[in-house]
Amino acid sequence: MKTSPTTAHETGKPSAKLRSRQKSLLREMWKQRAAYLFLLPKMILFIAFIVLPVIWAFVISFQEFGIFESEWVGIDNYVATFQNEAFMIALWNTLKYTLVTVPVSILLALTLATLIHPLGRISQSFFRGAFYLPTVTSMVIIAMVWRWVYNYRFGLFNYFLSFFNIPAQDWLNQSDTALWALIIMSILIPPGVGIIMYLAAMGSIPESLYEAAKIDGAGSFQRWWQITVPLLKPTTLYLTMLSLIGSFQVFTQVILMTGGGPGDATETLVHLIYKTGFRDLEFGLASAQAIVLFVITLIFGLIQYRLLYRKSED
Amino acid sequence: MNLQRTSGKFITYTILIIWAVISLLPLYWVFSTALQLSEYKDDTTGQVISYVEAEPPKLYPMGIPKYFEEWGKARDAASSGNAAAEAHHRERMDMIVTDTFSGFAALFNGTSIWKWFFNSAYIAVVVTVGILLLDTMAGYVLAKKQFPGRDFIFWLIIATMMIPGQITLVPLFKMVQTLGLMDTHWALILPDLSMVFGVFLMRQYMLSIPSDLLEAAKIDGASEWKTFWTVVVPLAKPALATLGIFTFMNVWNSFLWPIIVLNNADLYTLPVGLKTLQDQNLAIFKLLMSGAAVAAVPMIIVFIAFQRYFIRGLTVGGVKE
Repeated sequence: MKTSPTTAHETGKPSAKLRSRQKSLLREMWKQRAAYLFLLPKMILFIAFIVLPVIWAFVISFQEFGIFESEWVGIDNYVATFQNEAFMIALWNTLKYTLVTVPVSILLALTLATLIHPLGRISQSFFRGAFYLPTVTSMVIIAMVWRWVYNYRFGLFNYFLSFFNIPAQDWLNQSDTALWALIIMSILIPPGVGIIMYLAAMGSIPESLYEAAKIDGAGSFQRWWQITVPLLKPTTLYLTMLSLIGSFQVFTQVILMTGGGPGDATETLVHLIYKTGFRDLEFGLASAQAIVLFVITLIFGLIQYRLLYRKSED
Repeated sequence: MNLQRTSGKFITYTILIIWAVISLLPLYWVFSTALQLSEYKDDTTGQVISYVEAEPPKLYPMGIPKYFEEWGKARDAASSGNAAAEAHHRERMDMIVTDTFSGFAALFNGTSIWKWFFNSAYIAVVVTVGILLLDTMAGYVLAKKQFPGRDFIFWLIIATMMIPGQITLVPLFKMVQTLGLMDTHWALILPDLSMVFGVFLMRQYMLSIPSDLLEAAKIDGASEWKTFWTVVVPLAKPALATLGIFTFMNVWNSFLWPIIVLNNADLYTLPVGLKTLQDQNLAIFKLLMSGAAVAAVPMIIVFIAFQRYFIRGLTVGGVKE
């Protein structure tokens, strides 16, 4: 904001000063009216379908939904959320899923990118494409085919395990294997986004650093560990945040492959929110659950941020 | 030394190829199962075999070897002058072809997949075009104009980008209900058009456009609108391509919100249609995989055609102001 030209100063009254500032602000806004017109259509949509719903979600979370009228219930929905056994189970399942899949896929992305990076142009773009292709395919399709892959009698998964003499399992229909089946599937879907981002970041590390380290007698693993990995830290941080958010929101696989079952063995937070809101029509409770999920994601993000940045300072 | 390097390279390629096979296998399996023989009548025993449900699984469509087998037999019969046997084997060849594509036939004749495909395509196109226009306009002024409230708006956009979409599910649902948009495509299009990632992306890109060019257009007496179309949009083409592809992909694949607001089977998008297909035909995997194949092919084509834009789009996240 520009400060106003001081024309009304001699009156000395604060209200006059204020008025003149308002006036010049309006003049400034009028001068830039084209800019506002450019922004207007997007802003209307943005406010109507994002900003208002976000605010409304907080309001709903303090209400009990009725057919005619909603009633204020204070923090009851939040209390109910934490007293609800189904929520705690969903939370625990989601945590397990996240704590295994996120580190493994980041590590996998780093390893694969490291292997791809020194290759020639053609091999590079081939592998990049091969690892990224499953990412552009709808999760609905991936989940449908994986149901078939996990099929007890005709599935590929048991077929491959049979080479290692591992007995066939009904992976998705046993409560002690179902969540692991989802975790394994998520790990076997290649981390395409991560690989591409690591490759881009690796490409921007100056070659001279490696030359210098070579002269100092560092081996190739040492060079990787002491130059590449630390310099990739911002990418690692960004990717971890991204996959953290994604894996806290795991939903499509659950609804298409297990429906949260057997029992509640694969119930996850977003699937529970979906059920609470749109099957049981408990809108207040579903909103409270969604906000708790948001806060948990935020806390994890902050912890993660602190950890990685603390380390990079020393 | 040289031997060490060669063996290192060999190991690298082996690991990468094995992992690439593992990662592409499920996608391959969609197509392989969609084209697998499901009712093959054995010529000697007369037994009807489904290779879709074979133990161990068949790793490629069995129609291919069976077709050539019958072809060879037909040719042998023809050379030995046995016209009846030749006709028999020719007929079996046709049968194999029909069976191979029977999943797609059932899909196109027995379900509304064409409608779903069309719905998905037109919604994705409308949203993509809308997003490109609105987000370029917004991103341009946020990057290149000075006006009161600009920083606040940008801050608000960044802040909402961090909030997960699940939070707005219930309020959006109520809103759509109140507006009478339940079971319409507006319920999908309007929230999708409101997404602000594109504004952020376009703004970041526009920062790199030299302001001199805009000034020059102004001096030439071009209106804001004309400057936008003749200077800004052409310069933003690479970013437009990236944003367009990602928007198209996200809308094409979107699932959670559509299953909430769509109830009428004629209005389904492909992912929703596939889900109901699975709910109704849990056991008919050939049909399900045919549906999956139909949904997968457009994205695979888009990806192969525009691979470099995908890659550029992903690395934008790392760009700092």
